[in-house]
Amino acid sequence: MEEMEVVLLTGLPIEERRDFILTKGKQKRQLKCDADSVAGSVSQRACVYCGARVVLNPVTDAVHLVHGPIGCASYTWDIRGSLSSGADLYRNSFSTDLKEHDIIFGGEKKLARAIDELVRKYRPKLVFVYSTCIVGVIGDDLEAVCKAASGKHGIEVIPVQSSGFIGNKSAGYRAACDALMRLIEPGEKKYVIKSKNINYLGDFNLAGEAWIIKRYLSRMGVDINVVFTGDSSYAALKKAAGASLNIIQCAGSMIYLASRMEENYGIPYMNVSFVGIEDTSNSLRNIAKAFNDPEMAYKAEQLIEHETALVKPAIQRYREKLEGKKAAVYVGGGFKAVSLIKQFKEIGIDVVMIGTQTGRPEDYRRIGDLVDDGTVILDDANPAELEKFMLEKGADLLVGGVKERPLAYKLGIAFIDHNHNRKHPLSGFIGAVNFAEEVYATVCSPVWNYI
Amino acid sequence: MKDNTSYRYANENPCNMCMPMGGIISFKGVEKSMVIIHGSQGCSTYMRRHIAEHFNEPVDVASSSLNEKGTIYGGENNLRKGLDNLIKLYNPGLIGVLTTCLAETIGEDIERITSDYLKDRGLTDLPVVAVSTPGYGGTHTEGYFLALKKIIYRLAGKAGKNSRINIIVPSLSPADIREIKRILHVMDVDCILFPDYSDTLDRPFERPYKKVPDGGTRLADIAMMPGAAATIQMGVTAGDNISPGGYLESHFGVPLYNLPIPMGIENTDLFVETLKNLTGNDVPENLRQERGRLLDCMVDSHKYNFEGRSVVFGEPENVYAIVKTCLENGIEPVVVATGGKSNKLTELLKSCLNGCRGNVHFLDETDFSEIREKSKESAANIAIGHSDGRYLTEREGIPLVRHGFPIHDRVGGQRLLSVGYLGTTMFLDRITNTLLENKYGSYRSNMYQKFYQNTGDNPLQTMR
Ligand code: SF4
Repeated sequence: MEEMEVVLLTGLPIEERRDFILTKGKQKRQLKCDADSVAGSVSQRACVYCGARVVLNPVTDAVHLVHGPIGCASYTWDIRGSLSSGADLYRNSFSTDLKEHDIIFGGEKKLARAIDELVRKYRPKLVFVYSTCIVGVIGDDLEAVCKAASGKHGIEVIPVQSSGFIGNKSAGYRAACDALMRLIEPGEKKYVIKSKNINYLGDFNLAGEAWIIKRYLSRMGVDINVVFTGDSSYAALKKAAGASLNIIQCAGSMIYLASRMEENYGIPYMNVSFVGIEDTSNSLRNIAKAFNDPEMAYKAEQLIEHETALVKPAIQRYREKLEGKKAAVYVGGGFKAVSLIKQFKEIGIDVVMIGTQTGRPEDYRRIGDLVDDGTVILDDANPAELEKFMLEKGADLLVGGVKERPLAYKLGIAFIDHNHNRKHPLSGFIGAVNFAEEVYATVCSPVWNYI
Repeated sequence: MKDNTSYRYANENPCNMCMPMGGIISFKGVEKSMVIIHGSQGCSTYMRRHIAEHFNEPVDVASSSLNEKGTIYGGENNLRKGLDNLIKLYNPGLIGVLTTCLAETIGEDIERITSDYLKDRGLTDLPVVAVSTPGYGGTHTEGYFLALKKIIYRLAGKAGKNSRINIIVPSLSPADIREIKRILHVMDVDCILFPDYSDTLDRPFERPYKKVPDGGTRLADIAMMPGAAATIQMGVTAGDNISPGGYLESHFGVPLYNLPIPMGIENTDLFVETLKNLTGNDVPENLRQERGRLLDCMVDSHKYNFEGRSVVFGEPENVYAIVKTCLENGIEPVVVATGGKSNKLTELLKSCLNGCRGNVHFLDETDFSEIREKSKESAANIAIGHSDGRYLTEREGIPLVRHGFPIHDRVGGQRLLSVGYLGTTMFLDRITNTLLENKYGSYRSNMYQKFYQNTGDNPLQTMR
């Protein structure tokens, strides 16, 4: 990240955090990222298990069994808005509920019995077994237990190596991708590769977002083979090797899977984004280009024209009200951050502070390219930093998750929920209007006149 | 009465959380306190998220962010650095150090680490309360009481006797705590209420924003608790080993009045009566009027309530208070459930559920799969508990009156008022109106089906 200046980080009590914060400007310095959180800094980050669960949980007909103490399962039960068109087994949180006794004597037996019990009751074809912090420490052999259970029941029981302390959320994404790779069967021999059949990686079907994109693509004559992992099922995931192209939206969580699929099955991949009108339009065009199909390109243009015409007037109206407002962004991954900058530009808003929990160096480079001089960029921020920079930069609104929301409100700043729990789609053309509407609803609410 | 089905190995949709979670809430009730969780980053983030969503308040909790190295070679350095940074950022008046599954499993001695730390830093005046709260060691409720006990233990002063009364409250809404404070005020009781998170977890909007919110029980007050004239603890279900009131009694000879949450007419009377006896003060007119209004409400609604068949679940202390309130009003508890093991609750329920009309399923160490099953089986028509019970509505059509912690799918969990005569009245109205809404919502079609289409062949079917 060139052309960045070290800001005067006065009032930042933790020395070690300085490398993680920059203001876009003139001096050269790399933003530090992808490192362990600083102890005691009150990081907003979640753990490896959380990352793995985010990616895998939308697999609708799997048993998601958390091997560990009760809390981990309790805090992640059905807190995400991934929708299903079929099974709803994924909305349960199963746990081996390890107790003191199991910590001392090991949890393998309990795990094996828990799998037996759940398989008998729910008859799934697939079980994901997540490992939590202590599993690694007490030495349970997850791999062996899963293998035995798999043989016994004739179904797939896949361990997810997501012990909390082995890294951060990104390590969890990787663990999830590893689990998914074990599921996918080699293509060529078994499945005929249809030429216009693609996999869509990195959409968790929050509020039906994957369905929206599926419809766009089908209007262009493209079939989606399987979505990773929104509204996916065991059978669909098994056939993932039968696609001719992988498109990736949430690169942070899925690039690793895409490159492994390219390596193993020769499926090429490309990055897309269906956030905002501009990105959505470009992504649809690029997909048509990838197929080198003039008719598809024509259909894409028609679709873009039609949909844009539908939403443009509304967005324009919101833009008039919002022009010149300033946004702060603090989200999970780099993909979201990058698309938000563009989406804010569409409604006339500048981003004055932006950060992520798990952004990679290339994400921060892109962010650096997109934002104006003076914008504060920060990795793995804490509430004190968010507060400081939002106030200093005069942000009118913050985009973030559940933990950031009350902070924004206490500061008298508007807020956009950009987490996995939201109930309205932010993807595609319809998502662009929803986004503008939400920004309008929070920034222009009369309540701010009273505080 | 107890009828958990045979032993199960998998928990299907937990009905409780883990120990450090409860500990955080306790520390939130202490003036200028901050918490650091010794474990991997995720634990503290999950708990913060849960608390923030319920209370709609920023909840800053630090973590020692244990990584692989710390896990193998010990996490002392992480914890020390965490404490350094926490102090720099927040300048707290007291620090709670809570452990997690991970820290306990690798055998961290937080007592030693923290006392060494304080000595090295020359901070021996800074109170640090280390509490061992392995997630696998118990429920959040147990973590809550244990942390209270430890805080008192750490802060207990040498000062002599005083005439104040300790009031120890369980996990209640901030609105409930405020109501208890109001009752104490109108009864003119000189008391120490602990823990008091009625402001820290439900603060008014004000500028400038403070990183460490005002409010909480003052440290000097907590130090006086061992010298108090008596303790009233709303903790009849708390185990003896974790009971803070029990500790004050056995170690300092403070007489303990262990009472249920003042919810429902009987339990509120008991609370007010105890205050009266301890202080010699009369019950003021306005409190008596509130009592009268509650009685009036109970009479007005009794026939509607009589149709209620309730599923009650959550933390033992709340469950007991709700069950008692249900019974007073002719609402029949058909499923009573809690996620942890609670011998005290089992005992208490035994005596109060005996007179029930039908069969009551009591489930402890249970999960929502079992609660759902039993609720369906016993034709429950109202559920009372936290928002994790929403599946009862979604899957079984049983309406849920939200109560307790956590409430994630509605706003205002922190403002729900259910204690005292006034709070009980409001609680009862919520229950009765939910029953009515359900009844009126389906009444026309029910009657049409039953009598016009003549499917209601047995007129006695619905009689109880
Ligand atoms: S159960 Fe243990 S590992 Fe899980 S969140 Fe609680 S303390 Fe952390």
